[in-house]
Amino acid sequence: MKGALLEVQEYARLCIAVFRGMVTRPFYHRDVIEQLDAIGLGSLTVVILTGMFTGAVLALQSGFTLDQFGARTAVGRLVSASMVKELGPVLTALMVTGRVGSGIAAELGSMMVTDQINALRALGTDPVRKLAVPRVLAGVLMAPILTIIANFVGLFGAWAIAVWQLRVASSIYWNSVVDGLYMQDVWMGLIKPFFLGFAIVSIGCHVGLRTSGGTQGVGRATTNAVVAGSVAVLAVDFFVTKLLISLMY
Amino acid sequence: MATPTTQRDVDTAVLKPDEPVIVFEHVDLAFDDKVILKDLSFTIEPGHTKIFLGASGAGKSTILKLILGLLKPDRGEIHVMGQRVDQMSEVDMMKVRQHLGMVFQEGALFDSLTVRENVGYKLYEETNQPLEQVHRRVEEVLGFVGLSEHIDKAPSALSGGQRRRVAIARAMTAKPPILLYDEPTTGLDPITSVTVDAEIVKLRDLEGVSTIMVTHQLRDAFYVAEHTAIRENGQVTLVPAAADKVAETEFIMLRDGDIAFEGDVHALRAAGDPYLQAFLS
Repeated sequence: MKGALLEVQEYARLCIAVFRGMVTRPFYHRDVIEQLDAIGLGSLTVVILTGMFTGAVLALQSGFTLDQFGARTAVGRLVSASMVKELGPVLTALMVTGRVGSGIAAELGSMMVTDQINALRALGTDPVRKLAVPRVLAGVLMAPILTIIANFVGLFGAWAIAVWQLRVASSIYWNSVVDGLYMQDVWMGLIKPFFLGFAIVSIGCHVGLRTSGGTQGVGRATTNAVVAGSVAVLAVDFFVTKLLISLMY
Repeated sequence: MATPTTQRDVDTAVLKPDEPVIVFEHVDLAFDDKVILKDLSFTIEPGHTKIFLGASGAGKSTILKLILGLLKPDRGEIHVMGQRVDQMSEVDMMKVRQHLGMVFQEGALFDSLTVRENVGYKLYEETNQPLEQVHRRVEEVLGFVGLSEHIDKAPSALSGGQRRRVAIARAMTAKPPILLYDEPTTGLDPITSVTVDAEIVKLRDLEGVSTIMVTHQLRDAFYVAEHTAIRENGQVTLVPAAADKVAETEFIMLRDGDIAFEGDVHALRAAGDPYLQAFLS
């Protein structure tokens, strides 16, 4: 219990230090650009594949269910609402957790156990500003962009199944997609990834910067970052959804 | 001396003549129930060398981390360049660290950067010096440690001894008046160790750097204590040190957090304590 509270306290301190680092100097611009590339472009393939197959399987499953009610043409409406509001943000965030959260924890963890973090401090660099701030900024900025890409690719994956497997006309599918979306849904799908991106990357940084115990410790940190990040994604998704529903609907 | 250092002090402090560069006064440190340092006091004069000896886990490396402010003591005072650092905030400590260069055990070079970027890290990232000037300084220090031809390599492409020398170059790039060495020769073969020892001696004698070295390699400790570097006709050579130079190097042997021995190389060799004898043999 004491250990858990200490972790929460240290996580809160890191978050405060990160926010302070975002608005005060020194600010490491080059590292932010490097991280935007590593987190954003680096995650593109996995996010595209995840989005495409998720959209496709959603169309496949819902198509046969809708058939029972003679509503096969409404497949686009069902896919768009599910993808944009929930599956796009959450599945993208889970994939980013697996790829980025674990990578950050492993990288910073290795730097911890090889004294590179202490070396940074000895050279007059604040590790939070140099390592955590650029990663968190990149995570917060790239998660919504990756989610939008996943949503679009998912809608195209569903379109392919709708047209070729379910034999729904293309125009009917796209009309149904647009009909199924309200502005609130779009906003919800766009706002949630900011919070999810922050949670994933800040947890990865926290776990990485608290690593001890040599290479075994790095392995543990990587696992912890993925487990804690995945749970945090689902929990943050629930609370932010609840908040947004109360505010927008 | 008991007044905590303020932000203004950090920005303006200048060491008075003959004032010690580092002072430890009754420093205690424990991790949970394990006592690391007990009532440790010592001083280091400008340009002098202090070598900490002791078995693994004796608290030698902890002393360096306390000087750098990476750890805080439970009790006692620590002064670096006239500024009290044991209660200093991390922000103020960053300014004090400008006076310190640290060579970590195993080097702690940044894997993702080249030798040039590692050596020039502080100047590239933390100063506004023109790039040309930084490049020149990096080339100069790499020349000093004899690794100019490796400037664009990754640290992983270097041998263990070369990595330590790059770490020394990185620590000296910003010309700090104090250099801290944490086990600089551990894990190196005897011939390579001498090349690292030679760099330590050269920096101390040619650049006037105060040196704190932590090691359990006695051969290297004696080499650093008993040699001096001189420059003749542009050539740097290492020769046996005169008696007054040898006396500028002091040894401290730590045992269970206490000082088991303090004195110069002659006193250490003559010490009759069975623990010291076991360590020396």
